[in-house]
Amino acid sequence: MSSVPKKLQYSKTHEWVREDEDIVTIGITDHAQCMLGDLVYVELPEVEAGFEIGEECAVLESVKAAADVFCPVSGEVVEINTLLLDHPQLINEDPYGRGWLFRLRPFEKERPELLDAEEYNKQVASEAH
Amino acid sequence: MNVTSTLQATPLHACHVEAGARMVPFGGWDMPLHYGSQLKEHHTVRTAAGVFDVSHMTVVDVTGVDAPAYLRHLLANNIDRLAPLQGLYTCMLNAAGGVVDDLIAFKLTPTHYRLVVNAATRAKDLAWLQQQLAHYKVNVHHQDQVAMLAVQGPAVAARIPDIFPTAMQENIAALKPFHATHHADWFVSRTGYTGEEGFEIILPAEQAPDFWRKLQAADIAPCGLGARDTLRLEAGLNLYGQDMDETVTPLEANLSWTVAFNPADRDFVGRAALEKLKQTGVSHKLVGLVLQGTGVLRHGQKVVTSAGVGEITSGGFSPTLSIGIALARIPSAVIEKCEVEVRGKLLPVHIIKPPFVRHGKKQF
Repeated sequence: MSSVPKKLQYSKTHEWVREDEDIVTIGITDHAQCMLGDLVYVELPEVEAGFEIGEECAVLESVKAAADVFCPVSGEVVEINTLLLDHPQLINEDPYGRGWLFRLRPFEKERPELLDAEEYNKQVASEAH
Repeated sequence: MNVTSTLQATPLHACHVEAGARMVPFGGWDMPLHYGSQLKEHHTVRTAAGVFDVSHMTVVDVTGVDAPAYLRHLLANNIDRLAPLQGLYTCMLNAAGGVVDDLIAFKLTPTHYRLVVNAATRAKDLAWLQQQLAHYKVNVHHQDQVAMLAVQGPAVAARIPDIFPTAMQENIAALKPFHATHHADWFVSRTGYTGEEGFEIILPAEQAPDFWRKLQAADIAPCGLGARDTLRLEAGLNLYGQDMDETVTPLEANLSWTVAFNPADRDFVGRAALEKLKQTGVSHKLVGLVLQGTGVLRHGQKVVTSAGVGEITSGGFSPTLSIGIALARIPSAVIEKCEVEVRGKLLPVHIIKPPFVRHGKKQF
């Protein structure tokens, strides 16, 4: 069973979102990193790039496959986790901590599309069948 | 996740589940992809010792007075080259020269040969072996009560001495590459699919779990099909169904060296087609690609060259070299550089002759 922290919000496409005042931090869930396997290469967005919800904003390549990251919140990128460029395995080792992908200044205050931990858990369970 | 009942299980299936393996379907079998980290398993085999369950492979014994004649006809490489207990890598071809499968053929005695063919091609191969029997007086027998393990890595020799049956230990220690020894239903060859030293072991299915546990106790780590694939790609070894199939000849799959055209009067299946192709020249060849910048090359990506397009047949990230590598089929005229289309961008790659890695070291 993968870890799903209660304090975060989740997208249906397995990204997590953490709100800190006017900035949100985005990563992929423990379940997502587990399905991908060992990550070997990460392409992050440019700082100052703007994304709409659901837009492709990063690419993660594992030993197995390439996966697109879909932006779970619309906003402008203010910071990227450059540590990942040389150490993509941080996403496997610490998906909710040092494996964060990038930070956004959101365009909107409300996040009606996102799931809470319980809802996300249910979705993961339903996908397993 | 539930395993559907249509998948076959090897004699070691319970051991994999117990070890926490992530199981995936492969060629009709429920097999371990990794036991936690594919990368770690890859490095373990390059620097120490690992074991793979390859019991899904198909072991076929060919016996009878006509066994040599039958195999001379069936295989593109020539079994007349073999001394007793020696093996060779070969393709078996269809009449058009396309690869039906690749395999290792061992000579046990002048009237007993053992073939190890692929898993996903089992039914097709067994039918093909029957179909080619014609007038030959041979018996083709699929050994389906065996397990097969591949023990690979530089530390293997030091860690295995006392885990084989006592009567075999001395012979195993003395094995030369592509040679084998056998004793009481155990068959051990110095072969592998990783580019490292090691052995492949065929043993009775019921003895496999106990032997598997002895290997773990000897610090030989379980490794899954994920690491097996990145290791074989680094070693420049083709994967059947991906780097070649029935529509591709050995001449277009970097396997010309496995085709024995001498003696000229050995009429093996596919010979006429290959000879014709040799005269006209092949339009495509299989090469190694090394990505110059960062990124990962993948199966199916388009290769763009000055002489036309090609395609990546196997691609991935080399854990040993930390770069993108691939096998690709490209126009024969291209020699040095080309580009690969990755998500709409053209990335420059170098062309090399495989392997990329052997015995832990870069080869280009």
